[in-house]
Amino acid sequence: MTDTRHQVVVTGVGLVTSLGVGCQAHREQLMAGTVPARVIDSERFPPYTIHPLPEIDWSAQIPRRGDQRQMENWQRLGVYAAGLALDDAGLKEDAEACASMDMIVAAGGGERDIAVDTLIVEEGRKRNDREQLLNEKLTTELRPTLFLAQLSNLLAGNISIVHKVTGSSRTLMGEEGAGISSVETGYARIAAGQSTHCLVGGAYLAERLDLLMIREAIQSLGKDPKQPFWTGDGSASGMNLGTAGAFLVLESLDHAQARGAHVYARLDAVLGDRGSREGDRLEQRLARLADDTGATGGEDTVVFSGATGLPELSARERAFLEAQFPATPIRTISALFGHAIEAQFPAAVALACLALDDDAPVSPFAAGEDAVATRAANSAIVTTIGHVRGEGMARLTRMS
Amino acid sequence: MSKAAYRDHLGRPLVAVTGMGVVSSLGQGVTDNWQALTAGRSGIHPITRFPSEGLSTRICGTVDFIDIPAPTTVERSFAFARETTVEALAEAGISGDFNGPLFLAAPPIEPEWITRFDLGDRVRPEQMTGNAYDQFLAVLREKADPVAHESMLFGSISERLADRFGTRGLPVTLSTACASGATAIQLGVEAIRQGRTDRALSVATDGSVSAEALIRFSLLSALSTNNDPPEKASRPFTKDRDGFVIAEGSATLVLESLEAAVARGAKVLGIISGCGEKADDFHRTRSSPGGAPAIATIRAALEDAGLSADEIGYINAHGTSTPENDKMEYLALSTVFGDRMPDVPVSSNKSMIGHTLTAAGAVEAVFSLLTISTGTLPPTINYDNPDPSISLDVVPNIKRDANVTSVLSNSFGFGGQNACLVMSAEPA
Repeated sequence: MTDTRHQVVVTGVGLVTSLGVGCQAHREQLMAGTVPARVIDSERFPPYTIHPLPEIDWSAQIPRRGDQRQMENWQRLGVYAAGLALDDAGLKEDAEACASMDMIVAAGGGERDIAVDTLIVEEGRKRNDREQLLNEKLTTELRPTLFLAQLSNLLAGNISIVHKVTGSSRTLMGEEGAGISSVETGYARIAAGQSTHCLVGGAYLAERLDLLMIREAIQSLGKDPKQPFWTGDGSASGMNLGTAGAFLVLESLDHAQARGAHVYARLDAVLGDRGSREGDRLEQRLARLADDTGATGGEDTVVFSGATGLPELSARERAFLEAQFPATPIRTISALFGHAIEAQFPAAVALACLALDDDAPVSPFAAGEDAVATRAANSAIVTTIGHVRGEGMARLTRMS
Repeated sequence: MSKAAYRDHLGRPLVAVTGMGVVSSLGQGVTDNWQALTAGRSGIHPITRFPSEGLSTRICGTVDFIDIPAPTTVERSFAFARETTVEALAEAGISGDFNGPLFLAAPPIEPEWITRFDLGDRVRPEQMTGNAYDQFLAVLREKADPVAHESMLFGSISERLADRFGTRGLPVTLSTACASGATAIQLGVEAIRQGRTDRALSVATDGSVSAEALIRFSLLSALSTNNDPPEKASRPFTKDRDGFVIAEGSATLVLESLEAAVARGAKVLGIISGCGEKADDFHRTRSSPGGAPAIATIRAALEDAGLSADEIGYINAHGTSTPENDKMEYLALSTVFGDRMPDVPVSSNKSMIGHTLTAAGAVEAVFSLLTISTGTLPPTINYDNPDPSISLDVVPNIKRDANVTSVLSNSFGFGGQNACLVMSAEPA
């Protein structure tokens, strides 16, 4: 099949993080030569620190108020970032291109109605017919349309409605692995000629108590806002959730060139895997991912590491990267943006695209830990190791 | 067989099904399900999983006969999927590690109410400040709960299936709402056509029926309230259909390139010859009035299969029994099949098993393949009051013998999801 393989390139980047909205806002802060100041909120959900949603005018990408009302912020963030990516690729107003565009979205679930849940839990303390109570309260208190803001595949559904992306619509789930698979699946389809252009990405909103609860069920969250991401002993200080909407327009090189599109970078390979992390089995798997993606590192390469912040796991990831890719600058994404679960891998690929499209080297993300790069990178390696399971790696190359 | 016989009309590897497993409210296993389905038996029953007094819908098609260690969506969905995968691999004659990718359609996961109540009970009086989640967090800071954690993750089900069956790579867990089962098959077909694997495991499971799930669909007026008798509630294509019946189930299909299947001497159960999809941008729960996306999806599946509508001998309908779906599906089908429409039998498995949601597309693909291999069309039961505006041959109430070589199976879902499959007999 090698003779029919298509090159896959990134032609649109839509990125919203705590640092700001859009490519330009990120470029200005990431290519300035100094470690950008992280934007965190340690007041709203104490003792946790999260990377909040930046100031954002939803109307810029979701013009109809009716559409905005049908969503909560998680879906709004994804729809917004998807719109940015389409705009950036020059496809937003191209009805034909959107109608034939494939879409693969990495999604979790939407917001709970915290007031209703609280009402039921508190009432439940006084009653021993809790199942009856549930029926009563859910029937009378739930907003009917909230279900649609919660359904995983309705992020994609809303992108179809708002941006008219309708070639196909698939939603992948499964924490970090969903983000890896969304890019991997889009890449594989374009490379094999099954698709010519595909919107991939995801969104994660850190400003959610219901999500903090899930992560804290294994006590994975950092609790000291003053702690740096990396501690002195090479491990990390806990996970701080990050807000990210990250979407990419992937295209075959032929398709991109035919319409004169700007190419951020070529996506050379994306792969994911999973399995036991006992002993050195994680490291063995990562080494195989590096081999199979052709990731070799070097001074003109930069590694975008999605290390979560979990102390031991992040230490292992860092040790692996330093051994596998010696003399290669590493950028610790979560140190600057927090950990964005489903959106982590797409966000990391987005950041790699910005770096490979710029003449300046990308600044360190973690002061004192990420090496200063002396020149702009020609290739990038993106890694994400899921906080519970799943690992992924991508390799990208500069095109201009 | 020559090499060309293993390729389709576009020179791609033909994708064979060599193993199938199914669980529905009708029972466990392909044999029992097919027997019940062709006998026109309904699996719909009163809800016993939770109290339903006072609810407008008190019936369902849950699967309550498979042992689970805890009453959660993750445990149920995993157990169903495990059972259907064991069955499918046995039929395919594959033991040991599967060594191909896993594509799993699974319901979205949320914390369960038993988890919330349980966490709520652990809150000490001095911690009872703020909302419920503030309180849960205080409890979890003191003592982690890894079991609850695992029941709240979207990746838990595929993780266990991957371990149990030795699949390769990072499993894909997906949701395209009520089209998910078809999408899981489509992803498997694509992977084999890409040449990156000779075999793929496509699994679709749904064990998500709970009070909240039911109430949510109720609040959207999607469910039938014809509670009495339960087996009469799902009435696709009738005048008095009033909603779908929420149900559970699972199906597994072992997909292999036909060449690899023949090379190892596997029995070929059928071919997935075409997949089509098209998203709808009209509304979150309603379809475009003209049915254009559904029409485009059916046409895309036929084109992918290299078949004309004339070559389809039977249609396994999405046929949910909602006023909206059945009307729209008829519009789409009659547009594509034109004058031939009255001559093409169309039946809805959901008249008997209800709507197995995430699993439906794969469960119905299994039944579609059985239709081809057995020459029996399963009926649409409860068809006693035809909707005069839907003039279809729905195989009313009683199964029918028919020689069918290609079947179209439709799946449409909330969020503008449309996916269609074309399945065919093994090429002679």
